[in-house]
Amino acid sequence: MKLTRRKAIVGGVLGAGFVGVGWWFAHERDRLGSRALFRVKPDEAGLNGWVKIARDDTVIVAVPRAEMGQGVHTALAMLVAEEMEARWDQVRVEDPPQDGVYRNLEILIDGLPFSPEQAGTVVDMAHWAARKLGGVLGVAATGGSTSTHDAWLPMRTAGAVARELLLMAAARKSGVPVKGLVAIDGEIRRRDGVAVARFGELVDFVGELGLMVPPPLKPASQFRLIGKPQARLDIPAKVTGAATFGIDVRRPGQLYAAVRHAPSFGGEVAGFTVRDGGRPAGIEEIVIVPGGLAVIGTSWWQAERFLDDGLDIKWRDGPEPHLDSATLWKRYEELLDTGSASLTRTLGTEPAASAPAQKLEAVYRAPYLAHAPMEPMNCTALFSGKSLELWMPNQSSTLMRLAAARAAGLSQDDVTVHTTFLGGGFGRRAEVDLAREAVACALQMPGRPVQVLWSREEDIRHDMYRPMAIARWTALFDGGLLAVTKKQVGQSPTDQFPKRAIGLPAQGKPEGNAVENPPYAFPWYRLEAVVADGVVPVGFWRSVGHSHSAFFDESFVDELAHALKKDPLAFRLELLAHQPRHARVLQTVAKEAGWGSPLAAGRGRGLALRASFGSIVAQVAEVEVADKEIRVKRVTCAIDCGPVVNPAIVRAQMESGIIYGLSAALHGEITLKDGAVEQSNFSDYEAVRLADAPEMVVHIVESGAEKVGGVGEPGTPPIAPAVANAVFAATGERLRSLPLRLG
Amino acid sequence: MIALTVNGKRHEVDAPADKPLLWVLREDLNLTGTKFGCGVASCGACTVHVDGAPVRACSHPVGEAADKSVLTIEGLGEGQLHAVQRAWIEEQVPQCGYCQPGFIMATAALLKARPRPTDQEINDALSNICRCGTYGPLRRAVHRAAALLGGS
Repeated sequence: MKLTRRKAIVGGVLGAGFVGVGWWFAHERDRLGSRALFRVKPDEAGLNGWVKIARDDTVIVAVPRAEMGQGVHTALAMLVAEEMEARWDQVRVEDPPQDGVYRNLEILIDGLPFSPEQAGTVVDMAHWAARKLGGVLGVAATGGSTSTHDAWLPMRTAGAVARELLLMAAARKSGVPVKGLVAIDGEIRRRDGVAVARFGELVDFVGELGLMVPPPLKPASQFRLIGKPQARLDIPAKVTGAATFGIDVRRPGQLYAAVRHAPSFGGEVAGFTVRDGGRPAGIEEIVIVPGGLAVIGTSWWQAERFLDDGLDIKWRDGPEPHLDSATLWKRYEELLDTGSASLTRTLGTEPAASAPAQKLEAVYRAPYLAHAPMEPMNCTALFSGKSLELWMPNQSSTLMRLAAARAAGLSQDDVTVHTTFLGGGFGRRAEVDLAREAVACALQMPGRPVQVLWSREEDIRHDMYRPMAIARWTALFDGGLLAVTKKQVGQSPTDQFPKRAIGLPAQGKPEGNAVENPPYAFPWYRLEAVVADGVVPVGFWRSVGHSHSAFFDESFVDELAHALKKDPLAFRLELLAHQPRHARVLQTVAKEAGWGSPLAAGRGRGLALRASFGSIVAQVAEVEVADKEIRVKRVTCAIDCGPVVNPAIVRAQMESGIIYGLSAALHGEITLKDGAVEQSNFSDYEAVRLADAPEMVVHIVESGAEKVGGVGEPGTPPIAPAVANAVFAATGERLRSLPLRLG
Repeated sequence: MIALTVNGKRHEVDAPADKPLLWVLREDLNLTGTKFGCGVASCGACTVHVDGAPVRACSHPVGEAADKSVLTIEGLGEGQLHAVQRAWIEEQVPQCGYCQPGFIMATAALLKARPRPTDQEINDALSNICRCGTYGPLRRAVHRAAALLGGS
């Protein structure tokens, strides 16, 4: 492994950071933050950077993570409420200001080119360095299924400290010593049960109380909220239309901007002319933005129509204006044969060269995919002349602030970012392009908020796509399995994203989670990963590299089982003797799905397993094939995600990941022609709808593991291979390209 | 000027007759509960009722709603929660929530026409898109709302 250079780069960046910020604290208590940090309003008292109480008895929790449907507002608030002994119905959440205590320390770790299986000093050091880097950059980000893992100790600690301060405040109010008091159900009581004060009655007694040492956290056996299905905090507003998404932001004097981007990647505006009709009333300004043109007016609908009917735009082509998908696949096939790997890894013992062996070889393909969140891309920005304010559905307020400050030539201190509800994120809303466009528009309209909104067509055609990828798996066997090798080719979002977002140089490294080692005890395993260049921007798409690698890996394991005349479940279990958690998840899903029981003709079951983002997920898909059409009837899912905060959300996220992955497996494909994306809307970039949604059953496996795993993404990777394997079981036809199509 | 009644209130709107009802609601009347998703009547996020029938407002010119009665998510419960909204909370349907007003309006219209819909009728009436994949609890919520409206 080529570790030396990477270590040097991480170390170098860190070194620079340390000069500026000094020693970085690592302990949870140092992430408590000061009570002044969390905007304390009249009738409120701050307890630390994460909790306030209000006179009306509300407990207000700072949740610096974006709520995009994954339930993070609810899950993280539960951590605080649990330790604080708050009632669940008195809790609400608030988006805190940008500050280092709210950074997500775990998110950068997934960007490293290591497997979780690769323990050892170098990997530990790199993880340590990434945490430090996250701290230095102060990245408040939501992604990589990391939020709960990151918050598990700091937010529980914040709740425990808040509880102790309330006990001290109640002692001050009542004269009863602290050790004679307990916190229960949102109030402080004497140990004999007599009520002393509701939390809200202590607002005036908190004063400047503080703790030197954080109290111990509750053992899991004493949890009241954690581990039980609590109602989501965000749902009431989402059924009445009252929830404010980015597109719903309305500020005094607000204008709207519609945008067109150059059709080919990397293109820009060469010029434009206003047609004969001229510029109608309501159209205020035409602004060149990076890679495109924005029309600003009093109505978005009018501005959008003016782009089509009122303007002639001349585009300057990007570097590859004639690129098409067939050409790209040809390049990838060449790279698969001759490309040099930027990462090579071997595990196990290489078989003797002379060993007489049978060979199984298969090539798999996955296309580019768009994210297509339901809420079209948008950002609202107001430039006051000296400062900027942004309202935005985004996955990283600190990255947006940095991008906006740079685009406007301002200091980051002069930029405020308000995070609204996100109408879906899936990785797309970690990108800073909308912030830059909105700032470009706002700078032209000082004093007027401008809401930039993309049409669905712009969204589909100007995404940062899930990379297209190709892989060749080879196995040598001779009675038993001797060796497997995998070579894969694709662009790397891990490389592209930091460059786009903050200007860090690309390092030529593959997506960390596309090259994670399979959990199986292969006698010998060799991986070669080739990073492809290309003009198509690629980004983080729900589960990132796992989304295609799981298809490649789990399809091939299935093929291998059949080649060795073994049951796909039994074959996997044989290779998982050393992985009891994986094995248990597999056994659970197989049992619940009725693995091995007879099915009607035309039906088949397929199995897939993938560990990702700290969780292990297995799925069995049951499909029905008729007239070359694949119908997924039922999906059984098992997950081991370590400690469970809210089982209802874990189940919902598994179902969500399955449907998102199934849309991709059955329909999702972004193709290129003449340098541009061919698809444009849900009419040609279809998603699974209610009529085609399978029945889904989710089982949570409690292994007693201590580490909190993610749940936002791990449900997605196994579904495509599970369906492909089920199609093989039903028809005998092996589908090796996504989306899955018969005949 | 185009006259229309929205959530029981009469409005006169100064908008071209071909401006989609969706944008009149969101821009002229500041009713942002009805969502823009695709602009081509494919995803159903913009579903409202016009004279009681479900309509995809992104592709419905406001001129065609002239002198008609429009109902949006903001007016559905008439100040309280409608049975469909209650069922949506009880089944904990929404995730990101963006598509849900459209689903709720489509469901309310379905249940008015078919108080006890079959799963096939639900599939046909609810062809909206939810990218979060809330379809499991969503189907249960439709049946629960039917039961709530049935007076049980």
